Amino acid sequence: MSNQHTHATSLPDHLNPRWYRIISSWEFMLLIVAIAIFIVNSFASPYFLDPWNLSDATFNFTEKALIAFAMALLIISGEIDLSVASIIALVSTAIGYAAQFGVSVPMLVLIGLAVGILCGAFNGLLVTMMGLPSIVVTIGTMSLFRGISYIVLGDKAFTSYPAELAYFGQGYVWWVITFELTLFAAAAVVFYVLLHKTSFGRAVTIIGNNSTGALYSGINVSRIKFILFLLTGLMSAIAAICLTSRLGSTRPSIAFGWELEVVTIVVLGGVNILGGSGTIIGVVIASFILGMVTFGFGLLNVPGIVMSIFVGLLLISVIALPRIWMKFSGTSH
Amino acid sequence: MIQKIITSREMILATAIVILVCCIAYVFPGFIAPANLADAFNDTSPLIILALGQMIVILTRCIDLSVAANLALTGMIVAMINTQFPTLPVPILIVIAILAGTVMGAINGLLTWKLDIPPIVVTLGTMTIYRGLIFLLSEGQWINAHEMSDSFKAFPRHEILHLPVLSWIAIGVTLLFIVMVSRTPLGRSFYAVGGNPGAAVYAGIDVGRTQFMAFTLCGALAGLTGYLWVARYAVAYVDIAGGFELDVVAACVIGGISIAGGIGTVIGTVLGAIFLGVIKNALPVVGISPFAQLAISGAAIIIAVAFNAKSSRQKGRLILKPQELKG
Repeated sequence: MSNQHTHATSLPDHLNPRWYRIISSWEFMLLIVAIAIFIVNSFASPYFLDPWNLSDATFNFTEKALIAFAMALLIISGEIDLSVASIIALVSTAIGYAAQFGVSVPMLVLIGLAVGILCGAFNGLLVTMMGLPSIVVTIGTMSLFRGISYIVLGDKAFTSYPAELAYFGQGYVWWVITFELTLFAAAAVVFYVLLHKTSFGRAVTIIGNNSTGALYSGINVSRIKFILFLLTGLMSAIAAICLTSRLGSTRPSIAFGWELEVVTIVVLGGVNILGGSGTIIGVVIASFILGMVTFGFGLLNVPGIVMSIFVGLLLISVIALPRIWMKFSGTSH
Repeated sequence: MIQKIITSREMILATAIVILVCCIAYVFPGFIAPANLADAFNDTSPLIILALGQMIVILTRCIDLSVAANLALTGMIVAMINTQFPTLPVPILIVIAILAGTVMGAINGLLTWKLDIPPIVVTLGTMTIYRGLIFLLSEGQWINAHEMSDSFKAFPRHEILHLPVLSWIAIGVTLLFIVMVSRTPLGRSFYAVGGNPGAAVYAGIDVGRTQFMAFTLCGALAGLTGYLWVARYAVAYVDIAGGFELDVVAACVIGGISIAGGIGTVIGTVLGAIFLGVIKNALPVVGISPFAQLAISGAAIIIAVAFNAKSSRQKGRLILKPQELKG
């Protein structure tokens, strides 16, 4: 997309000490921001520190964060998927449709996951087999997937689901720990290992830095990108199952605009929007921050559309501020 | 030469439109009544204007997802000014609309140019910011027909030679763009920047500045359309033209604008918009639910992008394009 970034940094003759690198890292800064927001919130509202309230607050980010993990890998590899919110709509519609015929809960979950993976495969095939840019492909599927949902539902809604489905979005594993929060923690660990401890994760990073170089070093670039699109579809489906279960209804407008928040979490988490670098820890902290801020706004009765202004501003400023900083500190030419 | 014209994107698209219209007319003869065709063109006019703005942005390897939000915000601004000062003449309101749109486009352009942020991220962000600002401005209220002055609503509907002003504006913008894109240094630089940014720099073209100009022009057109839209439908609220940015991108892609930049024509874009417009106008006639529109736009984008990729791959290794050799 944008084309002229000339990072002419000279090579240092020694590395900074480890503690300095940790303190000056993006993730450390995020952590401080997260703690600051936590403290401000607990002073702003006396209800904030209640364990049940905090438990409710986690719903603000768990579903989005599940997608953000997969999206982080996708963005690190140099691609993007703007259709995630529409995949949620389609998966939710499929589950609602099947539920009308009295399908059992395990089957509903399977159907949901299958639809999500199919959507991801569709995106992946178009991008990897036909060599199309992922931005346009997923802008197209963004309206195609949600469009199918509109064709099925029109102005109606599915509202009858088996009672057991409610566990995914409303169940508690232990005390105030929700099922969704557990899922979030598990996904965080899985994606941490996947990105930082496996050869697959290294390959993803390498592709994002130099996909031609990756190809010449024997990495099957299109297969890895295809898997990443599948993964994004799968995680969107899991998020869709949780969201449907939590809301207990499906309208075609479900999760509208979530792609923006998911991308914002990923970028706030320090993932380079141009690909090549990023950490899962950053994404985890970023999702906490976004969740707590929206929860704090909620306690202050700020309407949803005003929050979306904030999310938009956050997305742009998170990318803009480091660049402005570089310009004025003169570290770049 | 003749073969090139026949196999050109514009010719294929024009033929497809004619066949489509004939098919519809075969079942519903009323569809090709001149009055109905004029109506269909008038319905498509906002899409044509926005698609032309989007075209130059895509030519420079950028994309603007905020056009519909820009349109809605300027529409709300002029509608609110009109309710406060009903005596303010329409031309001044149009100037205000264009200015407001230009500022919003320039913000997109500046963020892309000065801070080198990927345009998709910039406009995804400004899209929600502009939409949100409508809510802040209007406090979620609607502005309805009876609150707008008569002259405000009458302007786009006023008929000259049996065509409403709205259609004439679309035609005018198209003609302006044909001249701008092929006969001015700015128009040529859009192609140069998109075709090969590195070479453009060596040719003395400021890539970032050209992208900024594309965004600004696109914003100005979105602002103009904002007034026309609100005046024509005589209502302004937060969600007007929601999701319309997808149609605009679809029109460009169908019209043969390469998403990789540098390739595409004004006529192609206009035909792409008309193609979508015919489909949208035919849906209710043929009895397909309007809820199918979103899916159709999406499918159209994907098919068109796949088609573009295929046709551009065939001319892969040509170093100079034939028209450049001649020109």
